[in-house]
Amino acid sequence: MYAQMVKTAGTGVKSRAEMSAEEARFQDRIDDDQKIEPKDWMPEDYRATLIRQIGQHAHSEIVGQLPEGNWITRAPTLERKAILLAKVQDEAGHGLYLYSAAETLGVSRDELTEMLLDGRMKYSSIFNYPTLNWADIGAVGWLVDGAAIMNQVPLQRTSYGPYSRAMIRICKEESFHQRQGYDIMMKMAQGTDAQKKMAQDALNRFWYPSLMMFGPSDKDSVHSAQSMAWKIKINTNDELRQKFVDQTVPQAEYLGLTVPDEGLCWNAEKGGYDFSQPDWSEFFAVLKGGGPCNRERMNDRIKAWEDGAWVRDGLLAHGRKKQAAKHAAE
Amino acid sequence: MKHEWPLWEIFIRGQHGMSHRHVGSLHAPDAEMAIKNARDVYTRRNEGVSIWVVQAADITASSPSDKGPLYEPSESKVYRHPTFFDIPEDVGHM
Repeated sequence: MYAQMVKTAGTGVKSRAEMSAEEARFQDRIDDDQKIEPKDWMPEDYRATLIRQIGQHAHSEIVGQLPEGNWITRAPTLERKAILLAKVQDEAGHGLYLYSAAETLGVSRDELTEMLLDGRMKYSSIFNYPTLNWADIGAVGWLVDGAAIMNQVPLQRTSYGPYSRAMIRICKEESFHQRQGYDIMMKMAQGTDAQKKMAQDALNRFWYPSLMMFGPSDKDSVHSAQSMAWKIKINTNDELRQKFVDQTVPQAEYLGLTVPDEGLCWNAEKGGYDFSQPDWSEFFAVLKGGGPCNRERMNDRIKAWEDGAWVRDGLLAHGRKKQAAKHAAE
Repeated sequence: MKHEWPLWEIFIRGQHGMSHRHVGSLHAPDAEMAIKNARDVYTRRNEGVSIWVVQAADITASSPSDKGPLYEPSESKVYRHPTFFDIPEDVGHM
């Protein structure tokens, strides 16, 4: 999940009796599956939760360019390089759509960026893992984008109109990112022994971090209940994780690769796989900044932001000058 | 003075589209850059043949609370719809 572990603002789900007239009207609209639009009244906690979630989602798209961008200059063929470039470009576009959606809630993109850079906002834990060999680029497309799609498809029906429309646009592009990743994995898995080993190694390292993308089990969380009552969130983390495993295991089998989980087995009764949970202490450590690449990722973003300041200011000054000249000519 | 690039709303007319449709927004320092960025972000998959960019600050939107006064009057004017008028069958297609 690109926006994992979003703490819902507020004190938990209110009963009808506790709601003000405005809140009750708002909840009626949600229950009736009407989309909420920027100018509509909304509870402040709904607004705050969405700013966190959409902002975090946008940051993830931007930071997510770094692990893949790491292999652009080293892609093994020109075709793969062109595809990877196009994909990283798409991710920048996804970040842009999402920042725009967040801005309709009254926060500015630069504010969001500053919150990311000074650590007040997070991005998905998955991008704190390094890409160590070319097959990792395949694994990221197949598993990471696959997990993202699993989460984003239901978000197309999320209650906030601008977020739902951004998701519709993004899902169209994300599904072929996943295919493109799987295509790399197929080539590698059917290649030489050395290539197959690289593919297996990539799967071994990205399997559990991908499962973590859905966030920890949330059935007991009041925060999650509120996000679901507001239909910001449509499914629980565990539902989506199960769906992801059920879909992905046969894909791994097709590749002739082994999912690194000895506890994995088909459960005919529930019609899905039983699987081992990821190491949640690792997950919380990564979220707190203790993952393998947290510091590197943030340093790269901060450097780009700071070193680019004079370019942004220069373009802005030039834009204003042109605008003034245009007005003078009229 | 604010250091943030202004926000632009982007409208695109599709290949066979009759009119420009709002597709999203982006930040850019000026109109030319807004068009260039809109080309890159919103027409990379042959989505359109014409782009309009408008500074978001120049747009005035109607308010949800005006819904009544703005749209209710049309409900009592059914005679504005062609289907309101009965033409005898003998007259034929009209």
